[in-house]
Amino acid sequence: MPSDAVLETIGLGVRYGETRVIEDISLRIPERRVVAFIGPSGCGKSTLLRCFNRLNDLVPEARLTGQVLFRGRDLYGPAVDPADVRRSIGMVFQRPNPFPKSIFENIAFGLRINGFKDDIRDRVEVSLRAASLWDEVSHRLDADALGLSNGQQQRLCIARALAVEPEVLLMDEPASALDPIATGRIEDLIGSLRGDYTIVIVTNNMRQAARISDDTAFLYMGELVEYKETQRLFTNPEDRRTEDYITGRMG
Amino acid sequence: MSFPSGRLRGGRFEPRVEARRRAGIRFMWLCRFAVAFGVASLLVLLVSILTVGIPALSPDFLANDPSRFPERAGIRSAILSSAGMLALVAAMSFPLGVGAALYLEEYAPRNRLTRLLQTNIANLAGVPSIVYGLLGLAVLVRFLALERSLLTGAATLSLLVLPLVIIAAREAIRAVPGSLRAAAYALGATRWQAIRHHVLPAAMPRILSGTILSLSRAGGETAPLLVIGAFTFTAFDPVSATDPFTALPVQIFNWTTEPQGEFRALAAGAIVVLLGALLLMNAAAVLIRNRYER
Repeated sequence: MPSDAVLETIGLGVRYGETRVIEDISLRIPERRVVAFIGPSGCGKSTLLRCFNRLNDLVPEARLTGQVLFRGRDLYGPAVDPADVRRSIGMVFQRPNPFPKSIFENIAFGLRINGFKDDIRDRVEVSLRAASLWDEVSHRLDADALGLSNGQQQRLCIARALAVEPEVLLMDEPASALDPIATGRIEDLIGSLRGDYTIVIVTNNMRQAARISDDTAFLYMGELVEYKETQRLFTNPEDRRTEDYITGRMG
Repeated sequence: MSFPSGRLRGGRFEPRVEARRRAGIRFMWLCRFAVAFGVASLLVLLVSILTVGIPALSPDFLANDPSRFPERAGIRSAILSSAGMLALVAAMSFPLGVGAALYLEEYAPRNRLTRLLQTNIANLAGVPSIVYGLLGLAVLVRFLALERSLLTGAATLSLLVLPLVIIAAREAIRAVPGSLRAAAYALGATRWQAIRHHVLPAAMPRILSGTILSLSRAGGETAPLLVIGAFTFTAFDPVSATDPFTALPVQIFNWTTEPQGEFRALAAGAIVVLLGALLLMNAAAVLIRNRYER
């Protein structure tokens, strides 16, 4: 894999109170690639993902050790404002969580709070097009976002994240609450974003990881077991645990 | 009679299904009695108040000030005083209560001091109201040398309901789903932006209904106002916050201490008005909550 990393962790560990969730994880996320984190529930893949936009800061008892670098800069350094980090590193959550406002306002919010100076209407359209949602909602931008289907809500959340021009998009099982058709659309969407964004996606669905990602990391019990190009990981796993997991003997 | 069992055999059971069923029914009747007792005593109270109070109600009764002559006495000054005082209580307790709740829920670190604060606020909500009256008398009237005015009364009642407002607002804020906060933060919102645009609007219906319920509690308080020196006889409208004050429950108290029976009827009439007002406030609180909660 290419060596110029956008995100890098060095000996990263996270504890929630007394519970160690991840331990001593060192990995590099290369620019403009789609990286999937797979592993059984509770292996720490979501926690690892949330280190990249400092969302674990919201959990009072979370403690972090080691380093996370974003373009070589320590994300947890004293001069870093988490709000600033989160604009550059967007996130899409497991359950679609649009704001209980109009479709338009869902996207406009991120623009306004970040001091967007150009035409908001314009940017709303561009974002919705980028998330392949424009054709379905262009005639009802003032409608309540909660009236959309689950899959549409999730694409709205992606549009909302894209609107503020992040470099990296973190996706925490973005399709696990969706039906197969909506899941397919999300996967297509990720395919269309590939090459423009660095995407890190947590998924419980190995076939999904195989379909959409360039590289895959397998986590097990808070430990990074194996991390390489997706195709090689699935066809030629080196670690016994990886093999057991991808062949369905474990997890 | 008994159903076939699985793999385990030979244990002795005495199911006594019939006896257990009867015990359940007995308990249900006990609970029914408890409800009936409460409803019945409330009904007796209401009926006795209404039969005496409703004849006393008239346009004049609402429009006149208190008087030595029962046939001319009314509750105009008491109503205006109570309304003005409640407006002041709302103006003081709402921002303070919501601010404190926001601090405790959104900003405060989860440590021992915060927990101590929370426990103390919960305890303050249980302090007898007369204690707040004494506090108002000692601090506001004596120490700060404020007049015995509408403002002093409102400040005392604000202290009294502040814990209630804080608790209601905290619960409202805690009920806002974490996914909403996460969504805002993930877009680069600061804490204040997330609170202002998402947490507060989502919590507002419950905060408002909690505040209204607290105000209706303040509207019925008598003891603390008597302690700080509410006037039991005011024959003028309160026009500013520094005017001497009375309140509807204080007026009721006053009339019930009069020896003449006619004043008792006036007290009953005033009680009907007070009950009606409090009922309206509570209904408004329920309405707001149901209307805006999804």
